[in-house]
Amino acid sequence: MKLQVSSRLAIFALTELAADPGQQVSVSEIGEKYGVSAHHLAKVMHTLGRAGLVRSIRGVGGGYSFCGNAKRTTLLDVIELFEDVSPGNDELDARTDGTSAGLELRQVLDEVDDIARATLGAVTLSTMLKQIDRRKTIQI
Amino acid sequence: METASQSATEGLGCRINIRAAAKADLDGVAAIDQRVTGNSKPDYWRDLYERYDTRRTDERFFLIAEPADDASDKPVVGYILGEVRAWEFGSEPCGWVFAFSVDPDNRLQGVGELLFEAISARFRVVGIKTMRTMVGRENRLHMAFFRSEGMTAGPYIQLEMELD
Repeated sequence: MKLQVSSRLAIFALTELAADPGQQVSVSEIGEKYGVSAHHLAKVMHTLGRAGLVRSIRGVGGGYSFCGNAKRTTLLDVIELFEDVSPGNDELDARTDGTSAGLELRQVLDEVDDIARATLGAVTLSTMLKQIDRRKTIQI
Repeated sequence: METASQSATEGLGCRINIRAAAKADLDGVAAIDQRVTGNSKPDYWRDLYERYDTRRTDERFFLIAEPADDASDKPVVGYILGEVRAWEFGSEPCGWVFAFSVDPDNRLQGVGELLFEAISARFRVVGIKTMRTMVGRENRLHMAFFRSEGMTAGPYIQLEMELD
């Protein structure tokens, strides 16, 4: 499964900010860490702000801080702010769903989508942070 | 079945003990199960307890969580069951967790985490290095809990079919 760049940036940014909700981090700091333009990241942060997950602090030393609930916000919640990960249905699907092969293929792809959604919907930002810590511990 | 294990840790609201289930706990276990699933199955729990109390007791664990003081009106606030299974589908011995629940009135206090840690520790003691479970795809509560404890998708995929 491949997520859009905006979804991945949003998850990276939220993971950074939720690790310490008291901290303020600038867009350029996050952009530098992940090698992306501040311009692209600014758009992502704006969407996260509208969703109530981050708050913007203006002025010197300003930036963004996390204001959501890390234990309740799943990866799926974040991804759905940027892209539609529900089972696909394009023109070809519409034409082929009436055929036996089309129906069979649809069932297989729906299976894959269901598992992907269930997984993304079960991993919270808090779980991401725990796993990151575990990985660091193992590496030490 | 293990008979003398105890673990006490500070939850957010009260102290919780984790210990091996006794026959007197079965009503409490069945009550939580019925409340959560909507199915009453006291016979199932009795049968399970009898098997866990008499056979392969060193590698079968039926643990319950209870309030350490008498302040709660519920003697049992959660349970977890698991056993060592070996060579199913070619798998090396692993710890299988097949039942787990926390009373809805006692959630978000760390009870589930205590139960999970307790059974993990018991599996480790008998040399088990991998623990497995199965979760309904729609059961986001359990899925999120097990993920938060570090569980991820394993090397097996569950398959099924309707038998006409």
